[in-house]
Amino acid sequence: MASQTPQAAAQAAAQAFDYAPAPESRSVVDIAPSYGLFIDGEFSDAADGKVFKTVSPATEEVLSEVAQAGADDVERAVKAARKAFEMWSALPGAERAKYLFRIARIIQERSRELAVLETLDNGKPIKETRDADLPLVAAHFFYYAGWADKLDHAGYGAAPRPLGVAGQVIPWNFPLLMLAWKIAPALATGNTVVLKPAETTPLSALFFADICRQAGLPKGVVNILTGYGDSGAALVAHPDVNKVAFTGSTAVGKQIARTVAGTDKKLTLELGGKGANIVFDDAPIDQAVEGIVSGIFFNQGQVCCAGSRLLVQESIQDELLDSLKRRLSTLRLGDPLDKNTDIGAINSAEQLARITALTETGEAEGAERWSAPCELPSAGYWFAPTLFTNVTQAHTIARDEIFGPVLSVLSFRTPDEAVAKANNSQYGLSAGIWTEKGSRILSVASKLRAGIVWANTFNKFDPTSPFGGYKESGFGREGGRHGLEAYLAPSSPKGERK
Amino acid sequence: MSTVDSSSSRLSVLKTYKLYVGGKFPRSESGRVYEVSDSKNKWLANAPLSSRKDARDAVVAARKAFGGWSGATAYNRGQVLYRVAEMLEGRRDQFVREVADAEGLSKSKAAAVVDAAVDRWVWYAGWTDKIAQVVGGANPVAGPFFNLSTPEPTGVVTVVAPQESSFLGLVSVLAPVIATGNTAVVIASEQAPLPALSLGEVLATSDVPGGVVNILSGRTAELAAPLAAHQDVNAIDLTGVTDDALAKELEIAAADNLKRVLRPQPVDFAADPGTHRLTAFLETKTVWHPTGSLGASGSAY
Repeated sequence: MASQTPQAAAQAAAQAFDYAPAPESRSVVDIAPSYGLFIDGEFSDAADGKVFKTVSPATEEVLSEVAQAGADDVERAVKAARKAFEMWSALPGAERAKYLFRIARIIQERSRELAVLETLDNGKPIKETRDADLPLVAAHFFYYAGWADKLDHAGYGAAPRPLGVAGQVIPWNFPLLMLAWKIAPALATGNTVVLKPAETTPLSALFFADICRQAGLPKGVVNILTGYGDSGAALVAHPDVNKVAFTGSTAVGKQIARTVAGTDKKLTLELGGKGANIVFDDAPIDQAVEGIVSGIFFNQGQVCCAGSRLLVQESIQDELLDSLKRRLSTLRLGDPLDKNTDIGAINSAEQLARITALTETGEAEGAERWSAPCELPSAGYWFAPTLFTNVTQAHTIARDEIFGPVLSVLSFRTPDEAVAKANNSQYGLSAGIWTEKGSRILSVASKLRAGIVWANTFNKFDPTSPFGGYKESGFGREGGRHGLEAYLAPSSPKGERK
Repeated sequence: MSTVDSSSSRLSVLKTYKLYVGGKFPRSESGRVYEVSDSKNKWLANAPLSSRKDARDAVVAARKAFGGWSGATAYNRGQVLYRVAEMLEGRRDQFVREVADAEGLSKSKAAAVVDAAVDRWVWYAGWTDKIAQVVGGANPVAGPFFNLSTPEPTGVVTVVAPQESSFLGLVSVLAPVIATGNTAVVIASEQAPLPALSLGEVLATSDVPGGVVNILSGRTAELAAPLAAHQDVNAIDLTGVTDDALAKELEIAAADNLKRVLRPQPVDFAADPGTHRLTAFLETKTVWHPTGSLGASGSAY
């Protein structure tokens, strides 16, 4: 094998031990040809009758046609949520808790169906929806269910109050998980919800509406409006919305912050990132490589907390990159429903175009591109795992969020330089540290301006663990006790209101 | 401020009120001043009429001080804040006089205000090494990981100090900002800036590192606009903005780099402050690390 490069050897091995297809069955999910808006416990068409299609990004097959909410529909949904608020907020916490526990249990029961549905609509591998998204969705509802009757003890005053109607707008990268992050704490604290899923991934939210029905959730407590950005804009601008929660791009987040300026609406934003994954020379290389791969290629890199900037100590750069390229050559890209698939489809043609344009900019600015040698399917939206070397901090691909399977590699010599480079970003969502030295982990972690720091691991999530950014990655936290604050008006002592 | 000491015919020495920026006492770079008078329209002093450039200089000073102040131990910050209370106590008579003039209060009412302000520094001095335990902690994640959330200061905070409560209000909004490790650029009450400018002299002699607090006097709208839009400011407290339209404008400008915004709200500064001014300018950082496993069943002892 001496004449072969490590990548070629890995490729040869991959071919020698090829996998047979192992597709997950689609029959577990029954997608209707069309869906309405879910308002006040009923599905109905948009007032102006507009609809749009949602496609499977892996095949471009049309999955269903869904209603496109306009201003009249937003009005109706907010009204329904307002009406339901009176009853829902007055319900004893223990009763609200039981509804949420029911929802958590039904999600567990229907998790395979939802995993397949999510994979179809989003394009991510079934391995991820089955083993990450869905278990976390159920766990999130289970966690916040337990808070509903314990809010007096949460540290937000003796009798914290719900805010009212929450307008929530979520992205397409983790459709059902982002729904859970938004709806579970809102309902536990006694708020009612109007939620708008992303236009490319509306289906799991509509299936969630059916779960609300099965759980016997009172009508109007959860309302789902499918639509494009203008539907979301109308929702956050609605004067009878008391709370706005948004996960998505920093540009849209800023626009929402301007929209709610001068109002009493409480705002939390979970936005973009350009996470630095820092590998020191004493790191266990094989574990670090796995962490780098999960950091940027999990969910095709369409993750706000992705470790999209690899900062590697100069002395181990060559060794690490060899290992990384060898590992990337073994990733299996293709049918997201195949249980062996590591890399699924990019969510939309639009996102693929953005990733393509940014990588072209990377090459044009002088960075060196390497893409894993893998065959891309002819239909659907695909992008091979890619990394760039010779990247400087001034390069666009080191500064802008690509939101795709593209890793920018930079090097450093000293811990101080690593910290300075990691913090040299408008964003501050996540960071990673790989080293065997405990004191270095703690000192570097304390200096990183990021909301989540993963040390010797990456991309770990849990309902009890607060998630959210510094700087232009947004404000507020989701998850844990901290996540309650976004939905509560503390009854502060002696007249001071928050 | 009397120009002639009543007990004798001696002419008193007037103070030139100056800004407090980066630990120094500059005049406004613009060379401008404005007249400050008491509630009966009697001239008190010429205060610096700060410019946009002064505001930017103050941000530079605050940013420079952030690393050291946020990196100081919470115990150390507590000692420094307590030292502020000690220094204020020693200057009590001066502040009683200045607050009485500024707010048109009787001497006894002004004394009560100053005492409350001293006590507020003491309250926040005690919070520096407690807030992390109250709002942070370990999270019981469902996996073999150590997971810890800790609060950290958000950075440089612009504080638009209350217009009416020129001293107790100022202390009530400033102390929580720096207690948690942020650094501050303060816009003093427009009509009554003198107690704030004098506070700078107290801070300068209280072991507060230069740049941790920077105090500007001048037109609130003129100074707040560039600070709300400043890309190196992380947060803004709009408590002292009394005009709703201006507050909205500032919040819109603040969205450009997603500043954390504390909106104007009616506040009773005599009431228990609670913790929300401490938490308003804190970020939560959550650190994960694998725990490994020394045996699945654990120890029975």
